[in-house]
Amino acid sequence: MPRVIVDVMPKPEILDPQGKAVTGALGRLGYQGLSVRQGKRFEIEVDGELTDERLGQIREAADKLLANTVIESFDVRVDA
Amino acid sequence: MSARIGVVTFPGTLDDVDAARAVRLTGGEPVRLWHGNASLEDVDAVILPGGFSYGDYLRCGAIARFSPVMGEVIRAARAGLPVLGICNGFQVLCEAHLLPGALIRNASRTFICREQPLRVETTATAWSGAYTPGQQITIAIKHAEGAYVADADTVKKLEDDGRVVFRYLGNPNGSVNDIAGVTNERGNVVGLMPHPEHNVDPVVSPSVDGRAFFTGVLAYLQAVS
Repeated sequence: MPRVIVDVMPKPEILDPQGKAVTGALGRLGYQGLSVRQGKRFEIEVDGELTDERLGQIREAADKLLANTVIESFDVRVDA
Repeated sequence: MSARIGVVTFPGTLDDVDAARAVRLTGGEPVRLWHGNASLEDVDAVILPGGFSYGDYLRCGAIARFSPVMGEVIRAARAGLPVLGICNGFQVLCEAHLLPGALIRNASRTFICREQPLRVETTATAWSGAYTPGQQITIAIKHAEGAYVADADTVKKLEDDGRVVFRYLGNPNGSVNDIAGVTNERGNVVGLMPHPEHNVDPVVSPSVDGRAFFTGVLAYLQAVS
């Protein structure tokens, strides 16, 4: 079954308090020099063949629901 | 006949009972609306109350925004129906693009629950007309995702057009320009993070500054009818 990955990330100019918290925790554990931004990954199983039209629908759904493009950017790719 | 004010309940809504009570205490008739019914029951105004609709899954308000009742709320709001979004309701209105911007995790990364001083910036909305411009009021806040953000052009437009309705005095959550609440171009849709429905009864609140939201919309409805 074809699988599509949608990655959603907070836009660079948007404060990412969760990423900041993880960055701080890594520092306390001794992992220095690592800056984290935290996003979301969606794995979407597609029934039947993955056509360009189907991929277009997923892109549309990502824009409509999975990401809020006021604060987030997203990337859609086919899982190889 | 008193005005009929709809109060929407989503799965996970918490403050619908308080919002309905606030409407009743201030002279309106609350009408409970269920998220799964695509009907507004001919109400004169709608309140989207606070809580954690759909468990805040995906993003706060993101799933509620596509519920059957919201289709009707969006249609009616665009036609001028007064709509007030409180806390999670504000998040739903932003997700629905009835209001610009978005609400993200507090800069402090903590849940904040306290009495919050605010300044009323504009009274030219369906919900803030019973205040006076510049008035300082105190309303409860309780949220983890209340930091208002929007791109610089949107913030400038909101400021230039006088669409910032309430501003925090002492920014609790990292909101841009201390913004606590905004309105749409027409002034009928207002969203804010503070909870006016919790500040209507002197028995349980140190301030009753929230009452003017509800009396304000009744006066507005009377004036436009």
